[in-house]
Amino acid sequence: MRLSCPICGERDRREFHYGGAALERPAPEAGAAAWDAYLHLRENPAGRSRELWYHESGCTAWLVVERDTVTHEIHGVTLAAGGR
Amino acid sequence: MAELIALSPAGAALPKRIGAVTLTEAPFAPMTGISPHAGEVAQVSAALEAAHGLALPGPGRMLSGAGIEVLWFGRNRWLLIGAAPGDGLAAHAALTDQSDAWVSVIVQGAAGVDVLARLVPVDLRPRAFAEGSVIRTELFHMPAAIARTGAEDLRVMCFRSMAGTLVHDLVTAAEAVAARG
Amino acid sequence: MRLKTGGLIDRGTALRFRFDGHDYTGFRGDTLASALLANDIRVVGRSFKYHRPRGVFSAGSEEPNALVTIGRGAGAEPNVRATMQELRADLEARPQNCWPSLHWDLLEVNDWASRFIGAGFYYKTFMWPRKFWEWVYEPAIRRAAGLGALSGAHNPDRYEKAYAHCDLLVIGAGPAGLMAALTAAEAGADVILADEDALPGGRLNGERATLDGGAGSDWAAAAVARLRAMPNVRVMARTTVTGVYDQGTFGALERVGHHLDDRPRGLPLECFWRIAAKRAVLAAGAIERPVAFAGNDRPGVMLAGAVRTYLNRYGVAPGRRVAVFGNTDEAHRTAADLVAAGVHVTALIDARPDARSTLSVPFYPGGVVTGAEGRLGLESVRFEAGGRSQGVMADCLAVSGGWNPNVHLTCHLNGRPVWDDGIAAFVPAPGAVPGLIPCGAAAGVFSTAGCLADGARAAAEALGGLGLTAPDLPQPEAEDAPYRIRALWAVPGKRRAWLDLQNDVTVKDVRGAAQENFRSVEHMKRYTTQGMAPDQGKTSNLAALAVLADATGRGIAQTGTTTYRPPYTPVAIAAMGAGAQGKGFAPERRTTSDQASRKRGAPMIEAGLWYRPSYFPKGGERTWRESCDREVGWVRNAVGVTDVSTLGKIDIQGPDAGAFLDFVYTGTFSTLKPGRVRYGIMLREDGHVMDDGTTACLGEGHYLMTTTTAAAGPVMRHLEFVAQVLRPELDVQMVSVTEQWAQFAVAGPGSRDFLNGVLDAPMAEGDFPFMACGEVSVMGVQGRLFRISFSGEHAYEIAVPARYGDALFRALVTRAEGMGGGAYGMEALNVLRLEKGLLTHAEMHGRVTCHDLGLSGLMSSRKDYIGRAAAARPGLVDPERERLVALHPVGIEKRLLPGAHLFAHDAPAVREAAEGYVTSACHSPTLGHPIALGFLKSGPERLGETLRMVDHLRGVETWCVVRPLCSYDPKGERTRG
Repeated sequence: MRLSCPICGERDRREFHYGGAALERPAPEAGAAAWDAYLHLRENPAGRSRELWYHESGCTAWLVVERDTVTHEIHGVTLAAGGR
Repeated sequence: MAELIALSPAGAALPKRIGAVTLTEAPFAPMTGISPHAGEVAQVSAALEAAHGLALPGPGRMLSGAGIEVLWFGRNRWLLIGAAPGDGLAAHAALTDQSDAWVSVIVQGAAGVDVLARLVPVDLRPRAFAEGSVIRTELFHMPAAIARTGAEDLRVMCFRSMAGTLVHDLVTAAEAVAARG
Repeated sequence: MRLKTGGLIDRGTALRFRFDGHDYTGFRGDTLASALLANDIRVVGRSFKYHRPRGVFSAGSEEPNALVTIGRGAGAEPNVRATMQELRADLEARPQNCWPSLHWDLLEVNDWASRFIGAGFYYKTFMWPRKFWEWVYEPAIRRAAGLGALSGAHNPDRYEKAYAHCDLLVIGAGPAGLMAALTAAEAGADVILADEDALPGGRLNGERATLDGGAGSDWAAAAVARLRAMPNVRVMARTTVTGVYDQGTFGALERVGHHLDDRPRGLPLECFWRIAAKRAVLAAGAIERPVAFAGNDRPGVMLAGAVRTYLNRYGVAPGRRVAVFGNTDEAHRTAADLVAAGVHVTALIDARPDARSTLSVPFYPGGVVTGAEGRLGLESVRFEAGGRSQGVMADCLAVSGGWNPNVHLTCHLNGRPVWDDGIAAFVPAPGAVPGLIPCGAAAGVFSTAGCLADGARAAAEALGGLGLTAPDLPQPEAEDAPYRIRALWAVPGKRRAWLDLQNDVTVKDVRGAAQENFRSVEHMKRYTTQGMAPDQGKTSNLAALAVLADATGRGIAQTGTTTYRPPYTPVAIAAMGAGAQGKGFAPERRTTSDQASRKRGAPMIEAGLWYRPSYFPKGGERTWRESCDREVGWVRNAVGVTDVSTLGKIDIQGPDAGAFLDFVYTGTFSTLKPGRVRYGIMLREDGHVMDDGTTACLGEGHYLMTTTTAAAGPVMRHLEFVAQVLRPELDVQMVSVTEQWAQFAVAGPGSRDFLNGVLDAPMAEGDFPFMACGEVSVMGVQGRLFRISFSGEHAYEIAVPARYGDALFRALVTRAEGMGGGAYGMEALNVLRLEKGLLTHAEMHGRVTCHDLGLSGLMSSRKDYIGRAAAARPGLVDPERERLVALHPVGIEKRLLPGAHLFAHDAPAVREAAEGYVTSACHSPTLGHPIALGFLKSGPERLGETLRMVDHLRGVETWCVVRPLCSYDPKGERTRG
């Protein structure tokens, strides 16, 4: 598997660390249900998913990767912090 | 009182010549990590140019001057090698002394690319990795930075504490390449 | 038998080799298989289950029979396909799966009993008594069945892994692959051409057909030479592409050293390549398939294409009287080649009734072979033609049932091949692997001219995707015969007809599977073992599923194939794990004090990747405990020095650095003044403790965080996650400085005086109170000093740039020894912190909260921070949770063991009654008895209670009493004083 880091370009998967689903962190007072969902409930889609990957042994950017869990096609990679 | 004696990371393990490749430890040079504060890359680049004559290079690139180099070193991070950071930088960037954090080994010779192909998952051939290119990547099991400093010169940087493993890995790979003839 | 002339072998270089204890001679350019055939060796091994004699069947990597063990001793390699092993000087090969000898094998008794031990017999037979399975049946079956065995000794050979990159990977160097590579190379693409064979050229090396009027092999050699000369091409011979992975990643195994007479020192035997290719062309050719008939496994029955390869490439006639049987024109081509080589063809049997032949050999259109006879090798062939059964003498039978395109690699990303009725075979599904273009025989194009054209077509398509233009290369003139096949899988009959030679699976076995309702092809595979083992059914899969389709009344397309998975051919674990043994297993992180510590005889223990001294033995000490107790005493009474450089050190700067720390720590750090240090706890977002450590404020907006040794990497990743994903609006920069600084703890009542002796400017009265930090000059070097303590004593940590670490450590230890102290190791460090009730990851093991650790006071209620919301969940602050306490022994046997469980004094020691467990324990020389930390339900509320401590694993049961966490200087007067 290869991922295209917006900063470094296409790199082998071994440079990256998988960081789970890309989710919005709830507000502190969002309530138990929202926090439960953020911490424990995952969609596990057969198809497109939005994931976080960390270019750990590369530039150290956190990335948002849109990936198809069925075809393994990668639809897009952006910097989690925005910009470039 | 006795003075403290400085030791190099690789020490007596280098230099080595294996086949057509030589491995040499780069001599000590001051290194400073430069991470511009939010929105201040341009100011840092200007301050760097004013102090050292070199601007901040783009991702994957390095610039060299007289005894001085600036390497792109990751997301919002650069490494100044060869001089203490000039005045004016601290106002715009987080500066950290990294002079002792790395072991730098110069892999010299046309077969250097073949040696590193045993260890590094990135294309380092000149057509893909021209002079002045820098990457952060892995070398076998270790985080590493690699720069092409000449047509047949590659500089490999790993954590200082892993110097012994770096030499081991490079020597093992170089022996295998040399044995192919 | 070696022919007098012909072949691509070097007849000038004779090579001696040994097989089954006898010496033979072959030539450079031979494979072991061709050399054996040249020496009339027909039986080369015994079959997997029935121990039937078997001979060379093919001339390629699909070989099911000719598996041998190469070499002797630790480096012996089992299951080498004789068809892939190039002959080299003094090669030694042994047959497998036979005892006492190849020609007289005791377990041939299995063959006589075969009617009782067909597929599935052991599922039904070896059921009772149940415990016999593990101790009697399985070992016996494993001994009886099987392939070669590993030596069991450490593998002395070197293997290697490597990476390669290209625009276009061409897989296979037959006519299609060579044409594709030439086209792409001329277009300027960065090309890798990988071919399994030592001699690229594919079928061109095995056929007499001409290209542009010259030998096909000459054209191939010229093409390869041209490619090798181009700077943008890398020709990788002896390299099998074994797997396809996502985004253009390919695995390939190169045989580097197997063929060399003398392997240079350091040369790997094999190299496992990871190739990243923007595009790929699959020109992997096709594999010929046999036809099943009675006795078709006898030595001498061979694939027709292999017979031609042995004739034309190796100058070897696999028999003196050869019969040919087929269902395409391949049979005629084979007969013609045999005749041309002067070999007597006793029969040409073509299953197609309308076939014609111009050859002057006995020709039987519409015929089928019904039996092959001969115990240790083929002697005669029975066949039916024109309604009449007849026999013919033959010591070799060339069989062709057609060709199967090599679709394997197109299926590795879950693609399913498509059935093509025209060629009665599966072909690759279009687009099965993004960027991979099948062509030539791999795509079902079987004529040479067709392959050449298709290779060029595939390259042009790939070049288009790369933004390059394909040149118009002239195409050599070549045969363009149509492919006419009459599908034939198995000739009906009562006797055993073999489908899978490697696993001894017969037509009857597959029909039996269907009868037992294992109708799915995947179930049939598992029931019969058809298609398993090293060859993965390369010569048997299609016929087996055709028989299954017939038995279940379905079509072949409907029956479908089993799943193709990497690797295409066997890859030794040694190749996949190359380099990762011994020193290559994991990086070794050495501190700057490493050499000095080892020189003092300190045994080193691993802490993550780091090596740290366990203790520093002194003369006269007989156990580690004596050394450890002495070192603890030094720190408690004088001064001790230990290396703490392995702790993670993260430099954090920026206008929002304080706000950032407030968000990652439970406590408040934005209020920390320059020159001060604070202890902090970091939670995971689920409310559990992630790590602890101190953070120092070095200046306005400039902090130095420390992490535990093991958590340094994960914490860095976490901080970057917070900064980039959760709080990108914060202006904060961070970088690891762990490697930059060598840091030593100096602990003990004498530490202040001690340090004043090494600092260039001694500390004044009142300087550096507890939890202070600042810059200092130490022996002429600019360093940092932190007044922090992990021992409970008045203590400091002093840091200098790492290049001075070795010198400073030596100086500190020498000086400490002069003051009645010295270096201490991890064992003493652990005792010191346990006496104080301080934490490590034995306690912060991932399932505990601040509340459990008695650190609720560190959780700020005035700000949001990571883990705050979740940590407030009722279940995480329940007073009845298991909470941390110290444990002291009571009773006669004073032992406390980490991992032991805690029970109320009158409760049974069973899981349901467990109330906690011990996390750390040691002998405290200061208190004179063992102490421990452990988690106990409502722990802090049960001080003074006596508990049962039971360690079922070690068989220890003792009593202990619950004590407050801190067992030594609970008021902290020594730390602060």
